[in-house]
Amino acid sequence: MKSMADLERVRKEAQKKIELRQSDERKQVIVYMGTCGIAAGAREVVASIIEELEKYELSNVEVTQRGCIGLCEYEPLVEVRIPKEKAVMYGHIDDQKAKRIVLKHIMDGIVLDEWVVKGI
Amino acid sequence: MRELSLHILDIAENSLRANANLIQITINEDTKNNTYQIIIEDNGIGMTKERSEKVMDPFVTERTTRKVGLGLPLFASTAKRCAGDVVLHSILQKGTKVIAKMERDHIDLPPLGKISDTISSLIHSSAGCDIVYTHKVDEFSFTLDTREVKKQLGDVPLNDPLVTKWISDYIRENENYLRKKGALS
Repeated sequence: MKSMADLERVRKEAQKKIELRQSDERKQVIVYMGTCGIAAGAREVVASIIEELEKYELSNVEVTQRGCIGLCEYEPLVEVRIPKEKAVMYGHIDDQKAKRIVLKHIMDGIVLDEWVVKGI
Repeated sequence: MRELSLHILDIAENSLRANANLIQITINEDTKNNTYQIIIEDNGIGMTKERSEKVMDPFVTERTTRKVGLGLPLFASTAKRCAGDVVLHSILQKGTKVIAKMERDHIDLPPLGKISDTISSLIHSSAGCDIVYTHKVDEFSFTLDTREVKKQLGDVPLNDPLVTKWISDYIRENENYLRKKGALS
C-alpha cells in the first residue's frame, strides 16, 4: 500500500535523474483542456504523454494545460513548442498518437505532418 | 461527460483559469441519506453576485474565443438527471465554490471513472497550484494534499513524471480501498 513515506524514495530517484540530464533547453507540450478538449479525450492524451516522458526519462519537457482556443472541432489538441523552432499544433490526437508525438517529435525532432492542424 | 471525474477535471480547470493557488476537491458519498456530493472550491479571483447568478447559462462565459461556456451547464445537466443540482457560491477576490449534489442510487449517475488520472494530470499540468483531493464514503475517507507531498519532495518538482506516477498509483490504491468500503466506481 502506497504511503507518504514512499516519497523519500521517489525524491531520491528523481534527484538522481535530474542530475544526470543534459542541460537541454526546456521543451513544452501544451494539451488543451477546455470542456471541448476534455469531452474529446484530452485527459487520456495528457496521461499518455506523461507516461511516455517517464518511460523515456525525458525530464526537460514541461507539460502544461490551456483552455479552449476555439478550435473545438480539432480537439484533442496538442501543441509542441521547441525552442528556436516553429510551434506545431496537432489535432484529433488520442493516447496512441500522443505516444508517437513524444517519440518522433519531442525525441527525434520529426514533425508528424499528417496530424498537424492545417489552415489556421 | 461520461464520467463524473471528467466533470471534476473540467470545473477544476475553471479554477486554474481563475488564478487559484489552492483547489479543494471533495467527493462525499452518504449511503444513509443516499447522496453523492462533489465540491470543487478554489481561492481564485471569484465573481460578483450578479455574475454568479448568470454563470450556469451556457451563453455566459469568460471565454473570448467562443460565445459559449459549457462546463457548468453540462455538470448541472448531469446532476439534474440524477434528481440533483449544481449550485455555485462566489465572492469576488476570494474564490468560488461549486457544489453538485445527486441521488447516489440513481440509475443515471455516471461512474466516477478514472479519478486518479483526473487528479494526477491536474496536479502535473497546474504549475504551482496546490490541490487537496478528499474522497469520503460514510466514515471512511482518504486525502491527497499536494502541500504535504511537496514537503517530502524537497527540491524535486511536483511535476516530475516519477512524482506524477506515484500520485496516480496512490490515488488508485486508495480508491480501491474505498470501493471495498462501498464507494461507487
